[in-house]
Amino acid sequence: MEWEIVIGLEVHVQLSTQSKLFSGASTRFGAEPNTQACAVDLAMPGTLPVPNEAAFRYATLFGLAMNAGIGRRSVFERKNYFYPDLPKGYQTTQLAKPIVGAGEVEIHLEDGSSKKVRLHHAHLEEDAGKSLHEDFHGMSGIDLNRAGTPLIEIVSEPDMRSAAEAVAYLKKIHSIVTYLGISDGDMSQGSLRCDANVSVRLKGEEKLGTRTELKNINSFRFVEKAIKVEAERQIDILEDGGSILQETRLYDSDKNETRSMRSKEVANDYRYFPCPDLLPVELSEDYIDRLRGEMPELPDAKAARFREQYQLSAYDADQLTQERATADYFETLAEQCGEPKLAANWMTGELAALLNRQELTIGQSPVSAEHLAGLIARIKDGTISSKIAKQVFEAIASGEGDADTVIDKRGLKQVSDTGAIEKMVDEVIANSARQVENYRNADEDKRPKMMGYFVGQIMKASKGQANPQVINKILREKLDALL
Amino acid sequence: MSVDAQTVEKLAELARIAISEETVEEVSSRLGDVLQLVDKLQAVHTEGVAPMAHPLDAVQVLRADEVTEPNRREEFLALAPQSEQGLYLVPKVID
Amino acid sequence: MHQLTIAEIIRGLRDKQFSSVEITRQLLDRIQQQDSNYNSFITVTAEQALQRAEAADRQLAAGDAPALCGVPIAHKDIFCTSGVRTSCGSKMLDNFVPPYDATVVENLQHAGAVSLGKTNMDEFAMGSSNETSYYGPVKNPWNTDRVSGGSSGGSAAAVAAQLVPGATATDTGGSIRQPAALTNTTGLKPTYGRVSRWGMVAFASSLDQAGPIARNAEDCAHLLSAMAGPDRRDSTNLQRDAEDFTADLNKSVQGLKIGVPKEYFGEGLNADTAARVQDALKEFEKLGAELVDISLPHTDLAVPAYYVIAPAEASANLSRFDGVRYGYRCENPADLRDLYMRSRGEGFGEEVKRRILVGTYALSAGYYDAYYNKAQQVRRLIKQDFVDAFGKVDVIMGPTAPSPAFEIGAKVADPVAMYLEDIYTIATNLAGLPGMSLPCGRVGNMPVGLQIIGNYLDEARMLNVAHQYQQATDWHRASALSLTEAAAAGGE
Repeated sequence: MEWEIVIGLEVHVQLSTQSKLFSGASTRFGAEPNTQACAVDLAMPGTLPVPNEAAFRYATLFGLAMNAGIGRRSVFERKNYFYPDLPKGYQTTQLAKPIVGAGEVEIHLEDGSSKKVRLHHAHLEEDAGKSLHEDFHGMSGIDLNRAGTPLIEIVSEPDMRSAAEAVAYLKKIHSIVTYLGISDGDMSQGSLRCDANVSVRLKGEEKLGTRTELKNINSFRFVEKAIKVEAERQIDILEDGGSILQETRLYDSDKNETRSMRSKEVANDYRYFPCPDLLPVELSEDYIDRLRGEMPELPDAKAARFREQYQLSAYDADQLTQERATADYFETLAEQCGEPKLAANWMTGELAALLNRQELTIGQSPVSAEHLAGLIARIKDGTISSKIAKQVFEAIASGEGDADTVIDKRGLKQVSDTGAIEKMVDEVIANSARQVENYRNADEDKRPKMMGYFVGQIMKASKGQANPQVINKILREKLDALL
Repeated sequence: MSVDAQTVEKLAELARIAISEETVEEVSSRLGDVLQLVDKLQAVHTEGVAPMAHPLDAVQVLRADEVTEPNRREEFLALAPQSEQGLYLVPKVID
Repeated sequence: MHQLTIAEIIRGLRDKQFSSVEITRQLLDRIQQQDSNYNSFITVTAEQALQRAEAADRQLAAGDAPALCGVPIAHKDIFCTSGVRTSCGSKMLDNFVPPYDATVVENLQHAGAVSLGKTNMDEFAMGSSNETSYYGPVKNPWNTDRVSGGSSGGSAAAVAAQLVPGATATDTGGSIRQPAALTNTTGLKPTYGRVSRWGMVAFASSLDQAGPIARNAEDCAHLLSAMAGPDRRDSTNLQRDAEDFTADLNKSVQGLKIGVPKEYFGEGLNADTAARVQDALKEFEKLGAELVDISLPHTDLAVPAYYVIAPAEASANLSRFDGVRYGYRCENPADLRDLYMRSRGEGFGEEVKRRILVGTYALSAGYYDAYYNKAQQVRRLIKQDFVDAFGKVDVIMGPTAPSPAFEIGAKVADPVAMYLEDIYTIATNLAGLPGMSLPCGRVGNMPVGLQIIGNYLDEARMLNVAHQYQQATDWHRASALSLTEAAAAGGE
């Protein structure tokens, strides 16, 4: 039996507004508990919500980026349930008339293929506070700083067919919201959170299988693992003749398994209805047009431009445009060194490896675009070889200064002086009578290969600093003279 | 129109209001009376009538994104039945 | 001094006939001596009032006094008052002292008014007799065995008993107008959105509106001028600039077209009440107004629609009272669910719980369309009735309440009978229109109220019409106290 996995994602993105969705309290992350929870956020009696314009602006930008319809008239509703981190006893959200309607987005997979994922809708809503489970005499502590922070919940259609596609989609959403500057997209701080609806069906089957909802998966890696392990669990059950229970499950990253969240099993009835404290929000055509005009270049458009303008491969262009900061780094670098292809190679190679190793973002890179441009310039003008350049790169990364400083201090300047190299060539030839003899006796087409030995010896003698092109030229002349 | 005890219990659970067993019957019958009163609505023809959530056809005015609220934690926490280390305390929350 | 109207107090203070401290002290004394008869106050803030009165006297002396400088008033205990307990008539908020003021409280303070305290009310404004208050029923100064009406019964009774010349109140389905009718006071519920709801504990957000109760229309105009105004903190506020509602009081009502809806004079209306209202309409004819028969065909659906919409909104509005951040918390909760169930089960009274359950029912899966959505459709039909009527007439008049004040306890066991008390007032809340009640006679010794319903934002005209009637009649000048005092004298 061949199974097909069907995945839909619900992504919550915290918008990076200064103040909350319905109050003037700050949204800054990491403040002392309850110091950013004002009377409105605490649902003090008689307090009333007033919506934040920036939240609508950000949500509209997102909708435009997803080629989605923008709700000219959106309505907030109350979703009723009791939880200590939800002060009003209802969450103010949108249901029937969301700010962003249906749309679609293209995702790019590792194998170079692309596919479209449809957006069902995206709506604005307020975040809840946090329950802290450290023990306060057997009680929980409630911090309401986060309560009321604006979120957009982005709901996809069940269009993804593998964990890898789900990750690619999530990366695309991440890339769009950070490009737009509407969220910091930081998953570790909960700025981007993901729930996955997962079901499986036999290949060729039209009907969707019973789905489970995986709650709050907090990294790209866990999204991939959680979906894989949940799909396997479902397939095992079905192959054993069992059936899937529609439920909410939690991914446990320590055990790499999903488990049922029984406490949330009590069938809830959210009793949505339009919030009578708020009026319908109408966005004018002008407002939306103005935002359309302010849209920054988005990842797909940027990738296309990189391919065109810098002659990059599709793969490199995708890699370099996934994050806006990476793309900006690249453009600075390419402009300063004038070698876009080399710049791309260094970024996807040495730089990516370095950042990965040190678990840094491009914004935290110890090698700035200016430094890397300086390094590439020295490769280009022959001051150092590509091989030495790697050594210089590491030195820049560990804070030894820019390329010229490192080359100077470490004396890594490439030797291109013909006299000096001639001397080295002569010495090596003199000390390699047997190899010279072999060279002379060899067939002509084998000779270039045999030169490798001499080049290696000379490089060794020059501690790698001799210019390989100069070596090659002089060596060939001298060896050929012996024929 | 009457409301059975089971419905009353479901509503009480949704609304998180304890209703003692002795009063369930009375609550059911009173609720039944009220629902009978409002059931008059069912006979009205409302096809094509848009529901009206607000008396006036006003639209929302949005607020500029500015931080205007200072930290007043101590004043607010002083109102709490139980708090510690800047947090509101509740019986253990089990996820 | 306690007989003085607000207009008279304003003049008296400016003419230095008495000081704000003097009148404030005298009214505080009266409250202390007499309010045990009426139970119209929940909290009296004597010290604060005297401080404010002193400050007002300084401002008056300095000659830069705002409109209501030094005038004593009271606030319904639904308005948050910084540093002063705001109970909303509930055990749930018996210990709640907000650190912020309602906009209405702020506005009146800016206008110089001196608050003497917080008046009694039905719990969370849910009631028409003031019997659901955690602090006990308010007794009607015209007959203390009878109800004062509700939910603003404390404000109405305090004014009727001459403990204060005017008070703030709120009206969700008649809670200003019905108690005004039952206590011979004048009350005005403005157009929805005219007065800010910020800091006013919410019952049903799309229906709640604050307004004044006073001894006559002129005083209501003075109070409303201070209460109303734009407020960005309330999204549903109309953001209209403050107005001087006293400006048009003296206009003639010659040629005024008064709509008389036949549905307001049908079954269920006490015959004597009907007669008093008809007398008042005749009086208006004498003043040069024209009576026009109109129909508001969906009138009988107002109560059913209201008892879906108001409880639905209330069921969510009252979810915040959960024993976590403020207010009542049950003893020794076993777990989180127990904390919620018992804090709310013990903290709310029966009527409040009943309405929360009704609202929960109306919104729950499978019933939303049949109840909530249907009621909102009917609401539009009701509004359309008024829109059509105002195409033909300037104001609409009829009874405020179907009968005079009933005995305390008479309707406690029958919520539906109680709900019908608001049969003539509820429709205006659903439509968001302004409505007012003014005294138009008595049945036996008990007062009867005439209701005036105005078009949107037409409060100035309503006050003008009411004022002209009060220039021609004395009903509003009659005092409950002359009766009680007469009875007391007779007893001696």
